[in-house]
Amino acid sequence: MEVLVKNSKKKVESERLSGSEAILRCLINEGVNTIFGYPGGAIMPVYDALYDYEAQLKHVLVRHEQGAIHSAQGFARSSGEVGVCLATSGPGATNLITGITDAQIDSTPIVCITGQVASHLLGSDAFQETDIIGISMPVTKWNFQVTRPEEIPEALAKAFYIAQSGRPGPVLIDITKDAQQAFFDFTYEPCERIRSYQPYPELNEEPLRAAAELINKAKKPYLLFGQGVILSGAEKELKAFIEKTGIPAASTLLGLSAFSTRHPLYVGYTGMHGNYGPNLKTNECDVFIAIGMRFDDRVTGDVNTYAKQAKVIHIELDPAEINKNIPADVAINGDAKQALQSLLPLVDKKSHDEWLKEFRECDMVEMDKAIRKSIQPKSKLMTMAEVIHKLSEKTHGKSVVVTDVGQHQMMAGRYYKFDQVKSHITSGGLGTMGFCLPAAIGAKIGKPNREVIAIIGDGGFQMTIQELGVIMQYQIGVKILILNNSFLGMVRQWQQLFFDRRYSFTEMDNPDFIKIAEGYRIPSQRVHEREDLDDAFNQWLNPEGASLLEVVVEKEENVFPMVPSGSCVSKIRLD
Amino acid sequence: MEPIEYTISVLTENKPGLLNKLTIILSRRKININSLNVSTTEVEGVSRYTIAATASKSDLEKVIKQIRKLVDVLGAFLYDEDQIYYQEIALYKLSLEVFQRNGLLEKLIRQYGAKIIAIEENQIVIEKTGTKQETHELYEILKPYDILEFARSGRVAISKSKRRTEAFIQELETSQSNTLSIKEF
Repeated sequence: MEVLVKNSKKKVESERLSGSEAILRCLINEGVNTIFGYPGGAIMPVYDALYDYEAQLKHVLVRHEQGAIHSAQGFARSSGEVGVCLATSGPGATNLITGITDAQIDSTPIVCITGQVASHLLGSDAFQETDIIGISMPVTKWNFQVTRPEEIPEALAKAFYIAQSGRPGPVLIDITKDAQQAFFDFTYEPCERIRSYQPYPELNEEPLRAAAELINKAKKPYLLFGQGVILSGAEKELKAFIEKTGIPAASTLLGLSAFSTRHPLYVGYTGMHGNYGPNLKTNECDVFIAIGMRFDDRVTGDVNTYAKQAKVIHIELDPAEINKNIPADVAINGDAKQALQSLLPLVDKKSHDEWLKEFRECDMVEMDKAIRKSIQPKSKLMTMAEVIHKLSEKTHGKSVVVTDVGQHQMMAGRYYKFDQVKSHITSGGLGTMGFCLPAAIGAKIGKPNREVIAIIGDGGFQMTIQELGVIMQYQIGVKILILNNSFLGMVRQWQQLFFDRRYSFTEMDNPDFIKIAEGYRIPSQRVHEREDLDDAFNQWLNPEGASLLEVVVEKEENVFPMVPSGSCVSKIRLD
Repeated sequence: MEPIEYTISVLTENKPGLLNKLTIILSRRKININSLNVSTTEVEGVSRYTIAATASKSDLEKVIKQIRKLVDVLGAFLYDEDQIYYQEIALYKLSLEVFQRNGLLEKLIRQYGAKIIAIEENQIVIEKTGTKQETHELYEILKPYDILEFARSGRVAISKSKRRTEAFIQELETSQSNTLSIKEF
């Protein structure tokens, strides 16, 4: 056997392999150790090959392909590595679509490998044949169909390169069954360049200088950071920049945990259910510095009234995001870490105490009008806000918090005081209910030494409840917290506020979650009373392994403050 | 901004499925395509897409950036009418009998800079190159003579810029933006 790839860390020898085995060898070459998948006809040759690779590639058998993709997302977001999914053709592949879309909009590096019917059957409506390339086109960063085994190494090398470089995203590789079965001479070479793909634009000096000048002259600068900071690993650079410039800094929902919420310059999280100060001050600052974020409508509300008075500096890797929603006065097209490193020496050391005080005054208003009512409620039953506030204190903000979508998600963003990086995993852009449980499984597998808490509503829990089977089978030590209000709470809140309390199909008769957990042999308990919560937390969090805690909460709690959809951020409602 | 007709020119790798990936970006914003032409270029393995679409400039600028994000797209450019030279080609099929009966037709064909590209047993085919307006004008002229069939191509366009396709691709090949390198000041 001859060594073909020389100047590479990952040496591979030419070998006669089946397409299926080659796929696995490609994964190993890319440093993959975990795959989330579900077998079926058109992917069976790969599963057969996997039988001999158990020691190198840990395969997690999910209970639904949607579980596989969300687990891969959770894995990618906790570990920073590429999440890998394996599914069969037809329904196996289409079941991945929601998660692929979620990964696309939230920039999560994923490689999905789907089996496909044999190439001579393509386009014939064969059993479990579907045009997954066509279906996944608008929701993947790249996709490719392999019909010959010789294409496998290059396709997968490109897949891994594309998924994790630049602005990350999901890639789907569809591989016909005949390509899996045929033999060929396998060698592997990682992809290092694609001429038509330029993931890291070179930083220009001019906008950096222009930005520094604006920042140095600013009287009321305001900084908003997003997930781009986490994706580029720029947490330290962000902290150094904030501390040097003394600029009050807020986070988007996906930016949470990039910067400690306990830091004196942290002023809260922004957006529809974000904090009062950062929303209000958006329209009072003179220089607005946006880093690694894309001005989602849940952040901006009405774009025509958003930060109009401010000079906007937008640091963003993806050129398509610059000037898309909010026009930038200074656009720095580049990686957040690189941009912050280059910007740091150009900015003056400053403090903005008076300006910061204005944020703290807002905090007091918010405390009086919204927070106190939420975390020290007069209601008989507990509120979601109160439970999460206590959870945050109990865990000292050190856990990885994975949330689903809805009121509990917003409450977690508001009341969990993140103090460690890469600690918040949620479905932000797509708002996928059912995301949490499988994502938490993936997050725990990706970071087994950290405590992973899945905070889920009763609605979302039932969307991917079958993944409890994975927790049982593989002993995944996820701590599940169900905040049960027997309502689809966020929709109910909107019905209350904007649809005259016409609660159209939002009340739910729920099953006995404790019995369900028992069925899956997961220790569980239900708590109703406020005074029992602390003991319940101890019993739930202290033992090793998975456990489930259901907290029965107020049925009609609302998340406030709130910027009504399409409204101006400074018209934020406190109650 | 008023919607007007713009020309989008895209240089891509010659890969199957790319047409779909590209047009889906326009259809997502509900932008209708007036004409579309795809062909290989003088550079091996490189195709050129020329799309004429009516929309506001700001929308199309966003579309162009999203097209550039496609992995197999080498470059995408947005042009308004005076930034390009462009042509379309139209074919008109008439009955031979009508043609022979009307001596004026030959004169019209010459006058409009068209040419006859085929004469068969009972029909002739006329070709006219020009803008859509010009080919349409000839269509109106020939209409009374009973056009049996009419077909018009998509637009092909080249920019007035001095950029050379080969040089552009060479630049991409040597670009350093495949990996992150910190530029020191």
